[in-house]
Amino acid sequence: MARPVRFNILQKSTQDWGINQVDMPEGHTGEGFFATSLDKVVGLARKNSMWPLPFATSCCGIEFMATMGSHYDLARFGAERVGFSPRQCDLLMVMGTIAKKMGPVVKQVYLQMAEPRWVMAVGACASSGGIFDTYSVLQGIDQVVPVDVYVPGCPPRPEAILDGFMKIQDLVHNESLRRRNGPKYKALLESYGIQ
Amino acid sequence: MSDHINIKLPEGSIEKQTTTLNLGPTHPATHGVFQNILELDGERIIKTESTVGYIHRAFEKIAERRPLYQITTLTDRLNYCSSPINNMGWHLTCEKLLGVKTPKRVDYLRVIIMELARISDHLICNSIVGVDTGAYTGFLYVMQYRELIYEIYEEVCGSRLTTNMGRIGGFERNFSDTAFLKLEKFLAEYPKVQQELEDLFARNRIFVERTKGTGAISAERALNYSFTGPNLRAAGVDYDVRVHSPYSSYEDFDFIIPVGTSGDNYDRFMVRNSEIWESLSIIRQAYQKVQNFKGAEADVYHADAPEYYLPEKGDVYTKMEALIWHFKIVMGETESPSGEVYMSVEGGNGELGFYLISDGGRTPYRLHFRRPCFIYYQAYEEIVRGSMLSDAIITLSSMNLIAGEMDA
Amino acid sequence: MPLANDVVKAKLLDQFGEVLTEWDEQYGMLSFTAPRELNLKVLNFLYDSNELSFKFLTDLTGVHYPDRKGEEFCVVYHLHNLVENARVRFKVYAPVETPDIYTASGLFSGANWMERETYDFYGINFVGHPNLKRVLNVDEMDYFPMRKEFPLEDQTRVDKDDEMFGR
Repeated sequence: MARPVRFNILQKSTQDWGINQVDMPEGHTGEGFFATSLDKVVGLARKNSMWPLPFATSCCGIEFMATMGSHYDLARFGAERVGFSPRQCDLLMVMGTIAKKMGPVVKQVYLQMAEPRWVMAVGACASSGGIFDTYSVLQGIDQVVPVDVYVPGCPPRPEAILDGFMKIQDLVHNESLRRRNGPKYKALLESYGIQ
Repeated sequence: MSDHINIKLPEGSIEKQTTTLNLGPTHPATHGVFQNILELDGERIIKTESTVGYIHRAFEKIAERRPLYQITTLTDRLNYCSSPINNMGWHLTCEKLLGVKTPKRVDYLRVIIMELARISDHLICNSIVGVDTGAYTGFLYVMQYRELIYEIYEEVCGSRLTTNMGRIGGFERNFSDTAFLKLEKFLAEYPKVQQELEDLFARNRIFVERTKGTGAISAERALNYSFTGPNLRAAGVDYDVRVHSPYSSYEDFDFIIPVGTSGDNYDRFMVRNSEIWESLSIIRQAYQKVQNFKGAEADVYHADAPEYYLPEKGDVYTKMEALIWHFKIVMGETESPSGEVYMSVEGGNGELGFYLISDGGRTPYRLHFRRPCFIYYQAYEEIVRGSMLSDAIITLSSMNLIAGEMDA
Repeated sequence: MPLANDVVKAKLLDQFGEVLTEWDEQYGMLSFTAPRELNLKVLNFLYDSNELSFKFLTDLTGVHYPDRKGEEFCVVYHLHNLVENARVRFKVYAPVETPDIYTASGLFSGANWMERETYDFYGINFVGHPNLKRVLNVDEMDYFPMRKEFPLEDQTRVDKDDEMFGR
């Protein structure tokens, strides 16, 4: 005799659970197939499975640890698997003050990442030097690497880091597949001395 | 590619067939930026060479340009896991220089905040030792409860991590009732979580095998290296600035100093664990004492020092003396004594000292931070010589090296 | 019985006599100055003496006084007797042309990096130090930043306007 069904019999659809699900991109649906354009699917897949590299140097790193914790969960955006090897990561999150001694290290880590790669400067120190306008602090990591998103704050609240992450996701979603080979991107890298 | 990062091979390493491994400045997130170049023979470490300074922010030079009340924001960023202790230590230094005496209620409120900060710092250190041995769960549990501590900070000063809490002479506002409610909630909920965390590690076979006997230092060597704080107490010396030179009315509280025997990683973990229990007891006693103040005394949250503590804004707009004091304090016209003072507090990592030389002006002539992490990191080379690589990693995280404090 | 400041002063004067100068007692801490050749002798005396027994080096730092001609650099030692809970501050001075001071790292292993930091900031040469290199700044830096004549900000930065930043 089959056991009576006890769960999931009242809720009709996932909308009732209050969970936001990712919208389907526009395309053609049929019996057993769905046709859309490549860059929409690639953008969708990339943005929900970013592998960040937390380059945490100081106080903003502790706020990042709070963001990774269960209260402000970064894993629900798909960024659960943080890696420490730049060869395996998409997003370089530089969190904390970068001193002039550390600048070449940031550049080397950036060079080791494979395309497509994004950079997020978290905190006032990574964006512009912060409160440390001194001889030993790099006044923003955009002196050495091209940055996509800046998150201000000292330190930024975890909600602000999540907001920055969502903006990176927008960038990833809408990026054209030909951008990395185009002349504007090459000129940008040339201006930083990166081949 | 690596010509801007020079890794010099140690002398004779090619003949002796040892491997050079760069435990570079980019650690897996949690520890901070410092570099160790290890010379290994198989798995055993023969020699290490430590390099720090990857986050040198020139605090001491900046402090020569800022008035005393603006240096509090710099002290936040020293040991950023427990910034209120640094803030209070700086305010105590200024009060010693300027001759300001704080009332008892202010002292007890400061004790509550400093002990919460100490719990917060030890929690990070202990859970990261757990993560390095492979136990990620303890870290996630503990981060959830640190959010409760952050909420208490937010009620008091508005900020979570770099708190800039308090003023010279007291606090900027009285603690609200919500702050006390949140403190009660924390005191009610947290002890059983701490017990769970302790049970998860203290007699866990894997953890004990990895940490007992590794990273040991004897008491004589620790004293010679000027260790302070939990690292020194784990080696067996019961030196705690709160007991030796009590500040902020610590002499009114009843607590013990937990001491280890062998100075290894397990002892450091257990000493920090016991200190968390002692801090919880101190917070309960301080909260009881604060609640005993009734009537007008319950509204006192700063010292009566009009030369250094900004008057109420309502008074500034209506009374003449308050306007003059406000102007003098903000423009830096108040007379401050010239002299030298050294004041130390018990930070999360040991004796955090402030050596302030003032020439009577608005900004210090020289300010030096005696940073415990910088001083005890020198001993790392001696501690890990001869041990295995995996033990060296655990030692690195159990010594609680906070890069902000190390480089300043 | 806690060790009182005058007992410390009497013992030091007994041992060294009038070469120790500038006795001061600010905010409870006894402080004195010795000529720079005697710094190791004083430190060793304070360490070995049974009544004084200052076996813990709390701090070692430097100060630059450009107005004291002939004695511009000051190295300050803070010593602590943990058993009796007594502290003392001991200073030596050196001129800017020949800032040589004997190293204390033979007696206190903790003085190693503290002296490197003082060298990094001021350029004080600690004679006999095993590894006197820069510890906090970049190795290629060619000036000593904490000296009073050098500015705080990096003069080559282009994104910040000194007029607006209220120097």
